[in-house]
Amino acid sequence: MLTVTGLCKTFPGVRALSEVDFTARAGEVHALVGENGAGKSTLIKVLTGVYQPDAGELSCDGSQVRFATPLQAQQAGISTIYQEVNLVPLMSVARNLFLGREPRGRLGLIDFRRMHRAAEDTLRAMGIRVDVRRPLRELGVGAQQMVALARAVAVDARVVIMDEPTSSLEPREVRTLFGVIRTLRERGIAVIYVSHRMDELYEICDAVTVLRDGRVVHTGRLAELDRLRLVALMLGREIGEVREEGLTKFTGSRDTAARPVLEAEGLRIRHQLDGVSVSLRPGEVVGLGGLLGSGRSETAKAIAGAVPVDGGRVVVAGEPVRAGSTAAAIRAGISLLPEDRKTEGIVPGLSVRENIALAALPGLSRFGLVDDARVDRIVDTFMKRLRIKAAGPHQKVGELSGGNQQKVLLARWLALHPKVLLLDEPTRGIDVGAKAEVQALVDELADDGLAVLLISSDTEELIEGSDRVVVLKDGAVVRELTGDAVTEDELMRAIAAVPAGGHDD
Amino acid sequence: MTELSLAPGAVDRDRALRLLQDYGVYGGVLALLLFNFVFTPHFASAENFRTQAVQVAPVLIVALGMALAIGTEGVDLSVGSVMALSTSLLSLYLGYGPWTATLIAVAGGVVAGLASGALVAFVGVQPIVATLASMVAARGLALVLLPQLKDVHDPGLAALGSGDVLGVPHLALIAAALALLVAFVVRRSTFGRQLLAIGDSRPAARLAGLPVRRVLVVVYVCSGALAAIAGVLATARLTASDPTSLGTLMELSAITAVVVGGTPLSGGRVRIGGTVAGAVLIQLLTTTLVKHDLPPSWTQIAQAVVIVAAVYAARERGKR
Amino acid sequence: MTTDTGEATMRTETPAARAGDEPPGASRSERLSALAQQHGALVTLVIAVIVASLGFDTFLTGDNLKNMALSSAFLAVVALGMTFVVVTGGIDLSVGSLFALGGVLAAWGSQYGTAVALLLPLAVCGLVGLLNGLLIARSGLAPFIVTLAAMLGARGVLLALTDEGSRTYLVDKDTFFAGLGQDSLLGVGVPVWITLVLFVLGAVVLRRTRFGQYVYAVGGNEDAAALMGAPVARTKVAVYTLSALCAGLAGALNAAWLLSGVTILGSGMELEAISAVVIGGTLLTGGFGFISGSLVGVALLKVIQNVINQIGSLDSAYQQVVSGAFLAVVVVAQTWLGRRRRVL
Repeated sequence: MLTVTGLCKTFPGVRALSEVDFTARAGEVHALVGENGAGKSTLIKVLTGVYQPDAGELSCDGSQVRFATPLQAQQAGISTIYQEVNLVPLMSVARNLFLGREPRGRLGLIDFRRMHRAAEDTLRAMGIRVDVRRPLRELGVGAQQMVALARAVAVDARVVIMDEPTSSLEPREVRTLFGVIRTLRERGIAVIYVSHRMDELYEICDAVTVLRDGRVVHTGRLAELDRLRLVALMLGREIGEVREEGLTKFTGSRDTAARPVLEAEGLRIRHQLDGVSVSLRPGEVVGLGGLLGSGRSETAKAIAGAVPVDGGRVVVAGEPVRAGSTAAAIRAGISLLPEDRKTEGIVPGLSVRENIALAALPGLSRFGLVDDARVDRIVDTFMKRLRIKAAGPHQKVGELSGGNQQKVLLARWLALHPKVLLLDEPTRGIDVGAKAEVQALVDELADDGLAVLLISSDTEELIEGSDRVVVLKDGAVVRELTGDAVTEDELMRAIAAVPAGGHDD
Repeated sequence: MTELSLAPGAVDRDRALRLLQDYGVYGGVLALLLFNFVFTPHFASAENFRTQAVQVAPVLIVALGMALAIGTEGVDLSVGSVMALSTSLLSLYLGYGPWTATLIAVAGGVVAGLASGALVAFVGVQPIVATLASMVAARGLALVLLPQLKDVHDPGLAALGSGDVLGVPHLALIAAALALLVAFVVRRSTFGRQLLAIGDSRPAARLAGLPVRRVLVVVYVCSGALAAIAGVLATARLTASDPTSLGTLMELSAITAVVVGGTPLSGGRVRIGGTVAGAVLIQLLTTTLVKHDLPPSWTQIAQAVVIVAAVYAARERGKR
Repeated sequence: MTTDTGEATMRTETPAARAGDEPPGASRSERLSALAQQHGALVTLVIAVIVASLGFDTFLTGDNLKNMALSSAFLAVVALGMTFVVVTGGIDLSVGSLFALGGVLAAWGSQYGTAVALLLPLAVCGLVGLLNGLLIARSGLAPFIVTLAAMLGARGVLLALTDEGSRTYLVDKDTFFAGLGQDSLLGVGVPVWITLVLFVLGAVVLRRTRFGQYVYAVGGNEDAAALMGAPVARTKVAVYTLSALCAGLAGALNAAWLLSGVTILGSGMELEAISAVVIGGTLLTGGFGFISGSLVGVALLKVIQNVINQIGSLDSAYQQVVSGAFLAVVVVAQTWLGRRRRVL
């Protein structure tokens, strides 16, 4: 149905896809899995015409095709259902379903009666009953996704790509969605299903393709692949690969009896976190393990007050921290190095110096004026200590390499003398040298008595760097690895474990 | 890794555009000056420069506040109306002496700015819409307070409007002082740094714990206060309060000055030097057209073209 | 009022078959918010009319109402075009200048006959609108700045045409063109009839044609609209052209009514039109709104103005204070309602 061969796509400094072969067959649900930066989203964007491949061929029904725009891909029968539903929320369900192909009556006016009836029929055929006259946004996310699916099918889509469709659905909605997907499969539509939820993959998918570092590392029937093996493929680790040094590292060498400096209890965010509790002691590095979408970043953000929480509390050194306020969290001594460095971390147009001083400014000012001498001193100290490579303190941060941007952000937080440092993917997208430096730095900071929460998709980094690992799955803590159990094997087993009995999602 | 690579040619063009945007305004001012020195009789006289300086002062002061608003990725459309409000308040309270009246006028601007700022920062209304509402209301209030043109006879204000120090008009001095002050605030103060960070990347600023709302409110308050000062100065120069027409289209002139001066509408940068040059450029353009006997309608058309051209040039980088 | 009765009945007749997939608790407060958004202006209008007719004997007289209707007609036509622009999430600040320009062009053209008097302003204003639309849709410039520049440019053209505003073109009283502004039909002025016809047409276009659906889609979610195959750029160009055409036509009719092309008209009109549209329930963020609301908004503004005029001691400038405050209140309410509805 849809085949790509030898696909390559390079971005400045990153080879996002290399020699990728992928085939979606009619009447088959094909899982596409991989960790962050594996190239899944790039592949999808190439398939849907958002990106142009540097090399390789795309063919649809045996004939070679090229999509210059997403619209062209759609006209060729490839529809995508994104996490964020791509419809018009303020328009009615029927109008969304029929936009651009409304049935028209006399005088070329839209025949709403016919349109509503047709919309109802279409949706009912998929097992959904909604009032098609109501604005789309009044429906639940699941129902909205169903409408998007219905539209895709109605415009004669032959390939449907679903990007994490269940990430914000209720269990009941997931059931309906799976029902619809099965209908699609029976109609001979090829479905490409991207998700990290192991249980769902095994329930609905026929085939699987695993991407890692821009390459296909496995493709085949899903039933022939057991869970542990799949996790191992995604993470790029071998099971049972004995790592001597992994057992003899500093685990347990730190004072585990000390009072925790940070205690987060029962953090709850609808659809994202389900009562996550984590505690950190001074000088301890705690890893937060789990696959993408398991709630790692959300946990960090909830602790740092960057997202509103529906429940739970955060206590730093015995003092409760007001929820949902970054300023309060920062005052309490919590610093978050966000996952998305480019949009949430650096201020690209400002200089290195200003970025470092940004959060600490009030403390570095006198009568509202910046005390340049003190700022220079701090900037100088941190640029030296963290070995930030820039043309000078006045170079724009946007022009630095990823590793140096990350160090600038670290410096910004260290200048505040935090008690707790939350690091979300601190080494993502930075080169090997800088990566080692950042890792060494994290160790050094912990030795100085800082409590560190480390999130990383790089299992090796997580295991090597952490004293303890809290494993998350579907927004809840499933296991805590301590002492000798802090190994990649154990981590993968924890992630792959089949939930015992009726887990309530 | 989601960024597309630029071809080498595009980089050169990008750099050329950036240079044009950053320094084009100075080139424009120089070109117009040269043109006038050569072709306009009586241009190179001290008297003429004094007139130009006096005329540019109110626009310049308003543009300073506008630059701050645009720096936060906003805009303040209410500046013209705030000038009108200020002139009404001024002549209404002139009985208490020029200083008191000026203070009240500026307080009026602060309140107007507070209203816009609160709508933007706390309610989350888009800046255009919030300041549009203030624009309508402030002009109406100005007319309610002072229904028609009224002559202002106050020796103090008259001295302010037409006096000079060593040949430099008071108005020009005040405008220059305010420009330096705003430049200083942007460059050196905590507030200035926070303003730029918010305009450049709001999510990053929020995660860094900056007082985003407070900074936004203060920005609109500054813009309102500066517009009110401009209103007082314009009144002093004209020796009359005219709430009907004072400051009409001022928002457009101010935005033009800011944008022509190289401050992008997408926020994160504030170029005070460029803004000053931008205001001067528009003033010179008007003068040039007027001195060569072209009617005012031409000036308006020319200004419309200049602003579209400036925004068009800035577009490429805004999208980056 | 004149519009979407079909829609309204459809909306009410089927509370039955909705089920299953809605999030719990969405319905009631959500519907209340929606109701407030859609009919708040109408309710306020009714209250204002009742209060005004109780307070002033002269308010509910045939002459007063007729005058109000006639003087509202021109603003209403401008607001009609503005509604389309605002629904796409844009804004058109050039309509006031185009209104004045249309009037002057019509008055000048009326010496060559009715056809010229009507077509010339439409052609010129339409061209300005087209230019606005192209700059906004194709070059991606911010609507407010493009139309602000157009406002200045159009004003400049107008001044150039009238010897810097010193010349006023008159419309001959005995022409058919003058009749468009002067005559009455069934005791109601012709401009009012024209306005009503235009509103019905506008409502049909926005509600019942594919173009109308695109307008909503572009305003509601531009990226999604593009992915769904809607001609985003073409739709935007069309709405700005439409808005300019409406402003030009309103100016021409106004000239026929006043029998001259008055050059100082129209400043501040863009704000009145935007206020009317927003008060009528159309979201400034785009994607939601209706034509009939704009008519209600215009009527509400004019009633308030009339009341202020009737209170002899009050200056007409209070009108602006009231509409500014009104605009602020409506925008705050909309933002608030919108946020509530999104959270739910």
